[in-house]
Amino acid sequence: MPSKPSSTRSARRTSAGPSSESFGHRLLDALRTPLGLAAVTAVAVLTLMAVLGPTLAGSAATRVDTGAIDQGGGSAHLFGTDGLGRDVAARVLVATRLTLELTLAATAIGLAGGLLLGLAPVVLGRRAGRLVTATVGVLVAFPGLLFVLVLATVFGAGSTGAVLSVGLALVPPAARLVQNLSASVATADYVAAARILGTGRFRLVTRHVLPNIAEPVTLFTAQSAAQILIAFSGLSFLGLGVQAPAYDWGRLLNEQLGRIYVNPLAALAPGLAVVLTGMVFTLVGEVIAQAGGRRAPHRAAASDPADEQAGTSSATPSSASASALDAGGGGDTATEDALLSVRDLRVTFPGGRTSVRGVSLSVAPGEAVGLVGESGSGKSLTALAVAGLAPHPARVAAGELRFRGVDPRSGSGLGTSLAMVFQDPMASLNPALRVGRQLAEVAEVHLGASRAQASARAVERLAWVRITSPERRARQRPHEYSGGMRQRAMIGMGLMGEPSLIVADEPTTALDVTVQRQVLDLLGEVRRDSGAALLLISHDIAVVAQVCQRVLVMYAGRVVEELPVADLAVRAAHPYTRALVGAVPTMGTDRNTALATIPGRPPEPGDRPRGCAFAPRCDRARDRCRTAEPVLTDQGEGRRVACWYPVTASSGPVQEARHTEEPPPGDADPSRHEAETLQDDARSVRDGGVR
Amino acid sequence: MSTLEFRGVGVRYGRFTAVDGVDLTVPDGSVTGLVGESGSGKSTLGRAAVGLAPVVAGQILVDGRDVGARPRRGPVQLVFQDPYASLDPRMPIGASVAEALPRPSRTAGVLRTGRDGPTARRGRAGRTDRAAEVARYLDLVGIDPARADQLPRALSGGQRQRVALARALAARPSVLVADEITSALDVSVQGAVLNLLRGLQRELGFAMLFISHNLAVVRYLADRVAVMDGGRLVESGPADQVLERPDHTLTRTLLSCVPTLDASVPGTRPQEPTTDTTAVEEAS
Repeated sequence: MPSKPSSTRSARRTSAGPSSESFGHRLLDALRTPLGLAAVTAVAVLTLMAVLGPTLAGSAATRVDTGAIDQGGGSAHLFGTDGLGRDVAARVLVATRLTLELTLAATAIGLAGGLLLGLAPVVLGRRAGRLVTATVGVLVAFPGLLFVLVLATVFGAGSTGAVLSVGLALVPPAARLVQNLSASVATADYVAAARILGTGRFRLVTRHVLPNIAEPVTLFTAQSAAQILIAFSGLSFLGLGVQAPAYDWGRLLNEQLGRIYVNPLAALAPGLAVVLTGMVFTLVGEVIAQAGGRRAPHRAAASDPADEQAGTSSATPSSASASALDAGGGGDTATEDALLSVRDLRVTFPGGRTSVRGVSLSVAPGEAVGLVGESGSGKSLTALAVAGLAPHPARVAAGELRFRGVDPRSGSGLGTSLAMVFQDPMASLNPALRVGRQLAEVAEVHLGASRAQASARAVERLAWVRITSPERRARQRPHEYSGGMRQRAMIGMGLMGEPSLIVADEPTTALDVTVQRQVLDLLGEVRRDSGAALLLISHDIAVVAQVCQRVLVMYAGRVVEELPVADLAVRAAHPYTRALVGAVPTMGTDRNTALATIPGRPPEPGDRPRGCAFAPRCDRARDRCRTAEPVLTDQGEGRRVACWYPVTASSGPVQEARHTEEPPPGDADPSRHEAETLQDDARSVRDGGVR
Repeated sequence: MSTLEFRGVGVRYGRFTAVDGVDLTVPDGSVTGLVGESGSGKSTLGRAAVGLAPVVAGQILVDGRDVGARPRRGPVQLVFQDPYASLDPRMPIGASVAEALPRPSRTAGVLRTGRDGPTARRGRAGRTDRAAEVARYLDLVGIDPARADQLPRALSGGQRQRVALARALAARPSVLVADEITSALDVSVQGAVLNLLRGLQRELGFAMLFISHNLAVVRYLADRVAVMDGGRLVESGPADQVLERPDHTLTRTLLSCVPTLDASVPGTRPQEPTTDTTAVEEAS
């Protein structure tokens, strides 16, 4: 199984803020919205009607008044009277309890049956489970209305029969839903984990399956209740449901409909009750769906004016850093002839979360630049913003953003001059289309090639990215490709035009080491052969070192160091860069010492500390680091660092930093020491977590 | 402690043979690294040890006793690759760990159904004990026990993997299978999880099958290394021997693919493309 895409990882990480409460909390939130308030009010009114109705209006509903037969609506009788002079309004009110009782009973039968049949395959063995699944499949194929009518005939007229028939008719769709939902939960790793812990089948259902399918099932139930109300009223209307002298809304409708032209109000009243109550059920379902849906509570799209100015205001520290960068000048960032030139890039999300804070970078034609950082450091957002692909609510501001001399945001279109390679090629290739077709489309749309020309070019490009027998492969769909081949096809797609820049966002994170090596080699070859520049984004500094010439290290939305790859191993100046380098186990790592780790976790975008963002995790941090944020300053030889106390060349190679955790000489018990570093590590993680 | 032994194990999914006649021993108290490319069957072999893969041939033994072909509470526990999928999103992490603790004995369960006071007290005491046990295991993996009632989504990937590890250890396994447990994590977090795992293994002394595609990671933890390719075991032996004098070409390939920052190792980094080489390559 390939590893999780890191984009999802970071997305999930960001969702893990204080807003992620339990379903109960979210339900409470949803109830405070206008929709939720309306639902609560409506349910309260219905409940009151059902509970108090018979007591309040019971006598009026049954009192036969021969003096007031078939009267129209008026002050004495709100909706008029029926053929025996009984008050229609009172009868509708009294019927509420029976109607609701029967509806809820039928819903309960349907839900119980659905859960029973739907969960059976999880509990039963494979064969019995398949039998149940097949049975439900056959039952679902049977038209619902027919099902109700057949069952109603079988059980005979009367409320019991009607409840049973309407309830049982709900069983197949409910069972199908529960089956589908529980099947996906049952194959989840956490269920497998519970099984190997010896959790019994029934416990498995109550502890793991039910809680994880509860929300959609509840929503389904609420909506089904509305349908059942209609179905039930229909049966009663047809005379198959509630029998006289009892009456529900359907029966009242039946009694009054004959005189709809004489006394329309009396006929419409029970119908209106059915419609309104049905709407209440749907409303309740809607509120539950809102609480259950993972979408964040809709904050007012905070259009913070400060955000908008941030990009252009000259007083911000990032602009200062940018000017320092300009002043530094030298090295390879002569922006005049740069292919890509970005100055003071900021990506802001509504609510004031600034994920990228004043990033400046430039890529020369044909150059390979790496962008490294942990999840949430803003590296992917930087790349997406450069490509004009920043995700929806994000706002991109930049002092300068030029690709081949043009601002990609100006809408002139990047066309085929910029190629993008994403982490998960299965998600970026259309599974329904043949691979060759998808590649050809690029040439047809952007280069105006004919279909035949485009197809030929697609095959040629697949061959270029080392896909064997490209003609045959071009006719296959993405699922027939291995992970590495899909990534090659993605690179091939980028090469359909004549890209001058390839942006690769974690292109090898989902791949194993051998395929990773092949894809990295391919990127290197493609760059050499096509002369395109490469911007490679990765969380693994060693991956970037394989193909790039220059590395930019990002932390908490800023570039903290920039240096030539050759300097990474020994001359990195920023403590964070050195920690990243030390964290990668290599074939030369000392097996008897603990791996270097970076204690704590990166700050959340909305919760960055004052001063240097890395200070809380840095063992070199002093007071100044906690009060003032260092700017990126030029160190000469194409190196820049944003640190008050950078590690100088005389501080020694990175390896020494790594060995700070080595047991002191004479410590005879390395495992004890090991346990201590473990504890330290644990403590720092804890501190980081609590923050 | 215990030894895990695969004897001629074969696993088939339909017509596809994922694992074919694998003989492998994970000796008592040591770590065996299992490496291979994706699709080599290494994860399937690990899952077979806990009954999560259909074993069609051979035997899987712990101390000479068959572990059985169905998932059940056995002597082997598995830590899954993806900590985002292996923890129930609706279950507080403490409850996840508690699930792994040994159940109260059957007699206690029967007694608790009685209505008299003393048993009720005993039930409460049992709950307190369990909470203390959960806290102990969370503490062991470096998670603040006060977070026991948080849901997994409040935790980072590395922290989730720690919880998954705590859950596996709470079941008191004699053998632990770690299936690519760091490949879904950032490199910066990977080190902390590996340190933790190595420390715990040395402290508690369980046998461990550590599955990974990254030889540098395996090398750091493993005493012995086994290499799989196409469902078969192609090489195994002491870590030093396999990694320094590999017999099989696949092992050599895997070794050469470990990303490294060390520029002195030949062939680890493509040459810097100067204008000259580009011209030469275009000409060729």
